Amino acid sequence: MRTKTLTLGLLASVAVVGAAEAQSRDQIRIVGSSTVFPFATAVAENFGRTTDFKTPVVESTGSGGGLKLFCSGVGLEHPDITNASRRIKSSEFETCTQNGITITEVKVGFDGIVLANSKSADQMALTKGQLFLALAKEVPVDGALVENPYVNWSDIDPSLPNSKIEVLGPPPTSGTRDAFVELAMEGGCDQVDGAAELGLEDSACHFIREDGAFVEAGENDNLIVQKLDANPGAFGIFGFSFLDQNSDKLQGSNIDGVDPTFENIAAGDYGVSRSLYFYVKGEHVGVVPGIQEFVNEFTSEGAWGEDGYLVDKGLIPLPDADRQAVGNAAQSLAPLAL
Amino acid sequence: MTDIATTVPRPLADADSAARIERRYRQERRFRRIGLAAICVALGMLAIMLITIVSNGYTAFIATEVAIDVTFDPAEVDPDGTGDPAVIGRANFQGLTRNALRAYFPDVSGRTDRRDLNKLISVGAPSTVRAALLENLDWMGTTQTIWVKAGADFDSFNKGQIPRDVPESDRRVNDNQVSWFDQLAANGRVEKRFNGTFFSSADSREPEQAGIRGAVVGSFFTLIVTLLLAFPVGVMAAVYLEEFAPKNRWTDLIEVNINNLAAVPSIVFGLLGLAVLLNLFGLPRSAPLVGGIVLALMTLPTIIIAGRASLKAVPPSIREAALGMGASPLQTVTHHVLPLALPGMLTGTIIGMAQALGETAPLLMIGMVAFIVDVPGSFTDPATVLPVQIFLWADAPERGFVEKTSAAIMVLLAFLITMNLLAVLLRKRFERRW
Repeated sequence: MRTKTLTLGLLASVAVVGAAEAQSRDQIRIVGSSTVFPFATAVAENFGRTTDFKTPVVESTGSGGGLKLFCSGVGLEHPDITNASRRIKSSEFETCTQNGITITEVKVGFDGIVLANSKSADQMALTKGQLFLALAKEVPVDGALVENPYVNWSDIDPSLPNSKIEVLGPPPTSGTRDAFVELAMEGGCDQVDGAAELGLEDSACHFIREDGAFVEAGENDNLIVQKLDANPGAFGIFGFSFLDQNSDKLQGSNIDGVDPTFENIAAGDYGVSRSLYFYVKGEHVGVVPGIQEFVNEFTSEGAWGEDGYLVDKGLIPLPDADRQAVGNAAQSLAPLAL
Repeated sequence: MTDIATTVPRPLADADSAARIERRYRQERRFRRIGLAAICVALGMLAIMLITIVSNGYTAFIATEVAIDVTFDPAEVDPDGTGDPAVIGRANFQGLTRNALRAYFPDVSGRTDRRDLNKLISVGAPSTVRAALLENLDWMGTTQTIWVKAGADFDSFNKGQIPRDVPESDRRVNDNQVSWFDQLAANGRVEKRFNGTFFSSADSREPEQAGIRGAVVGSFFTLIVTLLLAFPVGVMAAVYLEEFAPKNRWTDLIEVNINNLAAVPSIVFGLLGLAVLLNLFGLPRSAPLVGGIVLALMTLPTIIIAGRASLKAVPPSIREAALGMGASPLQTVTHHVLPLALPGMLTGTIIGMAQALGETAPLLMIGMVAFIVDVPGSFTDPATVLPVQIFLWADAPERGFVEKTSAAIMVLLAFLITMNLLAVLLRKRFERRW
């Protein structure tokens, strides 16, 4: 009997607590991209340490998942900010607008996607076109579209090393993969003669081979780093911050004549880089304490500037002029219009 | 393990049958050797796993600390001489700490060099200094030696995880920083000490500041909710199904369903939690309360199945004797059957709890996979749990989190071993055989 009462009591208190929580929240809730996660968390921690506000809770849900949660409505049960490693899509923007949400877009910086291998092997230099030929599911050979026949890098171009093509990369659920196929594979497609005639254009270039030369190594980039360290013949695809943190073990491959260095990505010379964003819900500013201050902190020189702490975490900052403009727009919470 | 093969074979006249017997014994021996080999393989795997984890992780329990002499000048810390801790707490401790470090290297100038120098100590160092001063307000106007955490890269460097003999461009610490660090070390200002922070603080983006307290407390709250829900409901369900329910098609259907639920992937329970608890009932995201309810649903089948098995193990003669003495069915169950079955039920519960402790997938859907700096104080505060913390650290780019990940696994394993040991002890202590 007592156990029954206990259970009922607990369930009742659950309902009461749930109702109370829905009415007030004094903590910012952030969702979104796993690529922006290391930066958003660094800002959140610093924000919590230096102000009287509570430290925001940051969830890593992926860009798409984050925007879905973010756009689902106004109200304290919905997140206040979402991070994205790509720009908001017009369909997502419409959902947001229909649900009465005013969005402020903040572009925070760049992230390079690198192809890297162990330092114990030679550095690779290749073009996006060669990268496409190495990784695409179907490639043009003698005017016809065939299953990727290349086994060794040297089969693509004699100047490349005579070793087996073995690339570890993220699975299709990952934002890094999305950006890689869009920037490297699609860009590579354009460089290959006769690809466009065979229908290899835009998203048709996004298919990666499944015959074992490309290995899906899971969402965890650290795992790829460890595998590269153990296997000097293999290459890995991951975000620049992992290369930066493991510079004693790994080297980035030169793509289209540009090395994946901090300077080259910041200057926009390195071809495989993307912009990172976060989106703020205008309706929650002033309701959840600290949102304005959090945006100010994120866009302060001490955080996202060239000497800021986010740079130590691997963020590649916007150019000075852009940073000024984006920062001003963000701090005045200018609404986004698509 | 009975000794079948040790019985001495009787001499047989027939040579054929002797050969057959010999073959049978050979088969017997081969079978045993294969069984033994299987155990060796399993133990070997376990040993490899444990050795990898411990060798990667033991360094996380010690941290490199640097001694700095901080001068608490009243004009800077408490210009109005209020002596009020609230005012003192807001002083510029970052400046104080950096000045203290800079005092050793007066010839370091230039913005880049100073930035490099600041990286020798953790960004959490000002907080350490602040806490130390607030505890000893009489330090005002004096200079004190305070041990603060070294920056994460120097912690790794001091532990040999960043090699010294590679070209400067290939390591996270440059030659200047190395020479400064060596200078501090030569003066006895660098020490490896027990890493209390690892047990006393919650998650952080700085490896040297990160700890597991938040995750442990989160796991504790979550498991309390799970236990409070799953144990009474599970026991009641098991008792009713085993002792009172009529045997018909409906109870068969229920039994099949319970067995089925035990095998449902845990992520499904997370989706259920998202759809029902968060979206329908409006419970808070990331809360141990919701996590506990979801994990309770997940562990219920385990507890019910274990409970029914231990009720079945109580011999019918006990029930018959009780009923024969005039006890009602309820009295029979509560006075005789349940006490005898309880050790088995508790064992099942503890094993179910251990399973819940190690679970991450369902928590992903309800927002418990999150970066949370504050240690949760109640059932509705945002929280993570231990396995989630391991997952988050394993995914972090900073080198310093590699050892933290393994150390957190060691802590989780310690909890799991304790719980399973408790289950074994309970069984040994209270189990009755008939």
